Parts: sequence; C-alpha cells; structure tokens
Amino acid sequence: MDLRPSIPAMLRFTTLRLLSFALSLVAASIVIFAVIEVIPGDPASYMLGLNASPDTVAALREQMGLNSSLILRYLHWVSGMLHGDFGTSYTYRVPVSELVSARLWISIPLAIYALLLSTLLAFPVGLIAAARRGKPTDIGIMGATQLGIAIPNFWFAMLLVVLFAIRLHWFSAGGFPGWSKNFWLSLKSLTLPAIALALPQASILARIMRSSLLDTLGQDYIRTARAKGLTRGQALRRHALRNAMIPVLTIMGMQFSFLLAGAIIIENVFFLPGLGRLIFQGITQRDLIVVESAVMLLVFAVIAVNFLVDLLYAVVDPRLRGKS
Amino acid sequence: MKLPHTLVLGAILFGLFLAAALVSFLWTPFDVETLDIAAKLRPPGALHWFGTDHFGRDIFSMIMVGARTSIAVAVVAVGIGVALGVPLGLAAAARHGGVLDEVIMRGNDLVFAFPSLVIAILITAVFGPSALNAIIAIGIFNVPVFARIARSGALSLWTLDYVLAAQVAGKGKIRISFEHILPNIANLLIVQGTIQFSLGILAEAALSYVGLGAQPPTPSWGRMLADSQTMISFAPHLALFPGFAIVLTVLGLNLMGDGLRDILDPRIRRRVRSRPERSPE
Repeated sequence: MDLRPSIPAMLRFTTLRLLSFALSLVAASIVIFAVIEVIPGDPASYMLGLNASPDTVAALREQMGLNSSLILRYLHWVSGMLHGDFGTSYTYRVPVSELVSARLWISIPLAIYALLLSTLLAFPVGLIAAARRGKPTDIGIMGATQLGIAIPNFWFAMLLVVLFAIRLHWFSAGGFPGWSKNFWLSLKSLTLPAIALALPQASILARIMRSSLLDTLGQDYIRTARAKGLTRGQALRRHALRNAMIPVLTIMGMQFSFLLAGAIIIENVFFLPGLGRLIFQGITQRDLIVVESAVMLLVFAVIAVNFLVDLLYAVVDPRLRGKS
Repeated sequence: MKLPHTLVLGAILFGLFLAAALVSFLWTPFDVETLDIAAKLRPPGALHWFGTDHFGRDIFSMIMVGARTSIAVAVVAVGIGVALGVPLGLAAAARHGGVLDEVIMRGNDLVFAFPSLVIAILITAVFGPSALNAIIAIGIFNVPVFARIARSGALSLWTLDYVLAAQVAGKGKIRISFEHILPNIANLLIVQGTIQFSLGILAEAALSYVGLGAQPPTPSWGRMLADSQTMISFAPHLALFPGFAIVLTVLGLNLMGDGLRDILDPRIRRRVRSRPERSPE
C-alpha cells in the first residue's frame, strides 16, 4: 500500500475539515447570540441607571442598535467580529477588542503554560507506567493519577497558595505585574496557577498515554518487530510511540479547552486579570457585549485547536487522509 | 464472583457520602442555617468535629448537606444525559448511514466542540445562578456523551443474528432498539454514567465555587471553598474539609467506574484497560 500523502486526498480532507470548522463556528455564534438575547433586562436602561428619562433610554437604544431586528443584530455582530470590531463595552465605553486582547495575554499563555507542564509530566510518567506494567511503579503511578483526576483544580490552587505563598513565601499569592513591566515575574506569577491547572490534566493524559502505549504494544506489527530482533525499547520507540500518539493527541486537543475554561476559574483564585475575570465582571455588570465577545473568542479558540488537531492526525496517521 | 478491589473501595467511599447526604435529611449535628457568631471559626474539636465557619455554622453538618446538593445535581445531570442522549444514540444507530444518523452525530460533535464549562457559566449567568440551572448546564453536555456510547454500542449489536431474527419476525426498529439493543448496552451506559456522575460533581463544585451553583443559605462544597478563601491563612480547616469531601466522592465514583467496567464490560476484561470516552469537564 502506498502511504505517501496523496495531494488530492489531503486536499479533500482539509477542505472537509475546514467546512465543518466553519459550520461549527456559525452554529456556536448563533447559540451564544441566542443565549445572550434571552437575558432579561434592557442594557440601555441598565447603563443609564434608574433615573434616566425614557427619551434618553430610547435614544441610547437606537444608538446601540437595539431596535433593529434580531437577524440584523446578529449579522451586524458577526460581520463586526470578522472585521475585528467586537463592539463597545457598555460599562467601560472602550472597544471590547481592546479589553479582550489585553486579557487574552494572560489567559492564553496560562493555558499553554499548563498544557506544557501537563505534557512534560504526563509523557514520561505514562511511558514509565507502560514499560513497568503491573509492577509496583505502575500501580503507584496509577493510584497517584487516580487521585490527581479527583482533585478539583481550584482547590489544589488554594492549597498551593497556602503552602508556597503563605507559608514558604516562594511565590506571591496572586496578582499579575504585566508582561512588559517584568517578564520573569509575570511568568512566575502564572506558575502556581499553571501547576494547579496542569495536575488533573496530566493525570488524565498519563493514563491515556499508558493505555494507548499498551494497546499498540499488543499489536501484531510490534510482535513482528520484536521477532526481527528489535528490543522492547526499540519497538516501543520506533513503532509503538507514533501509533500511540493518536488518542493522546485527541485528548491534548480536548484538554486545551479544559485548560482555557479552567483558566477562567483559576484566575479567580489568583486574582489574575484574565478573560475569566472579564467575563464574570461583564455578567455582574450586565455588560453583555463583553460577555458575548469574550465567550465567542474562547469558543473560537477551542474549535480552532480541535480543527488543528484533526489536521495533525492526518500528518501522524496517513490512513486517515483517505477517509472523509 | 470475586468483586474487584477498586469497586469495593470506591463503593465504600461513595457510599459514605451518599449515606451522609441521606441522613442529612433527617438529622445533622447542628442546624446549617442557624448562625452562631459566638462560636465562629472554631478549630476541629469534640463538639464541632470539623470546626465552624465564620458564621459559627458547623462544618461537619454543612458537608453532610453539601453532599446532598452535589449528589442531587450530578444525578439529575446524568439523568438528563441518559434520557436525551440514549434515545438519540439508538435512533442514530437504527438509521445508520442515513440522514438522521448524520444530523444527530454532527449535532453531537458540535456540542462536544464547545468548552463546556464556559457555556455552563454562560447559561447559569444568563438564567440566574441556581442549582437548577447548574443541573441543566451540566446535563446538556452529558447528552452527546451518552448518545455516542449508545450509538457505538448499538451499531455492533445491529449486525448480530438475533437482531436480524427480530427484524425478520417483523418487529419495528424502535421496538428492537428498546427490547433488544438497550438491555445489551446497559453495561456500557452504567460505566459511563458513573464517570459522568463524578465529572458532574466536579463541575458542580466549580460552578458553585464561582458563585453560579446552589445559592446560600443552601450549603454546597464549592461555595464553602469560595468562602474559605479569604480565611485560609488562619483557618485552613475551612478549606480542607470541603476539598477532601469533593476529592473522596469523586475518587470513590471513579474507582467504582473502573471496577464496574472490569466486571460489566467483557471486552475490557481480557484487553488492556483503557478508559472510556471522557466528556470535557
């Protein structure tokens, strides 16, 4: 069988994926728009306070475009986003894109930092567990990961604060100095949150890594490889690892979305001015346009990552290229 | 038959919290809604086993009632997932390759692609924070999980002789799905249900931690943790006990899930153990 990537198959695969990617985004935007639409209360009267005259409210409603039809408002919102215009925050009176992009510089690096830590921890641990299958090391690792999965990351974060910030004074308990002011201090202030986020994900990833490796090690082609004289380690490295990566990649793609969502919770523990805190503030201040855009951006990031992971599969596993 | 250790250990752990939740309906050491400022922030002791919080409420009693909240939210959320997801999955399998199958599976993918916690936050924020909205938000994301499990389980059954025989005997697809397919995928559903249950407990804790779950005065573990945060340096017991409660309940359920899979899923028994699909959060 010819396993070299054939151009038409790869193109077809990419086009189909791209199509479903676009479709997901459209559906996601409709859902988010619809959910925000049912929020009770009028943002215009909320902005102006209780004493505003009906005329002022009506004028502001007009200015905010709240009087046009649902579909028009939806199209306006979407076409604005496509041009990078996310509207103007009701409460801050600044473009939402400014608010959001400032905060993205905390939430996204935090999620990536956590994914990095999780991967760095999970890969060797999963490999060792698979190599020592059934031995005390394996049983110990499996027990530890079982515990890791059960720990809520925000609670783990609180424990980290008590130990490393309050007792040992190695880290600050929260806050963020800003990348441009002090890069290393900023990185340091994301370290405890990233560890807290990474631990449960690393536990899941290590388990997937282990079971996926054991699955592939049981395959016929590994036996063939061993039969032609490769050691267990060589067979593992040359043949099993690459094949075992497919489920691991899927999980990593999914984990990025957990990590982003988790990041918005963890930000509350460490008082990090990230996207999560922006969303929560927007909710309490009825600043719907901020909530809408921030959530849409998060969803976009997640769907985009899953799309990239899908494409990565095709690189890792040539068999998938032919399939639709 | 010898039960797996994981199942026994998990059942004991979870059973403990289930019992605490049930007993809390009839009796708790102290009333959880009565404030007693004079007795605030007591460390664990003979009178208050787990100490008291900043309002003088008994932590042990609050953990008991909190177990009720957590378990109730997770049970109903799993119920929503099963009630909607399983029929969808069965329908998709029965119409395998058809338009219905395609529509259901693409819809599934779509819900799956959403960051569940973010949408749950959005839903609870829009419809107001309450235990009910937390249930709905968590439940929605259980639907595709059960639909997938039901579909993949059912697909392999549709090729079997006895299903063919039932078709030849003139039974309709709906009847076959419920009479012959469903009982045979029940094992898979039970195992997945346990896992979604534990994920539901974690999700409920996260939502109530950010103030979007059960509202005060109803105690919930996540909210207890949120309340404890400012006092953690001088009253660590406030954060420790609710945290342990979450960890042990989730651990118990996960161990139960592992053990149940070992005895209920015959395909797994001889193969390498691998986890079934986990839903996001």
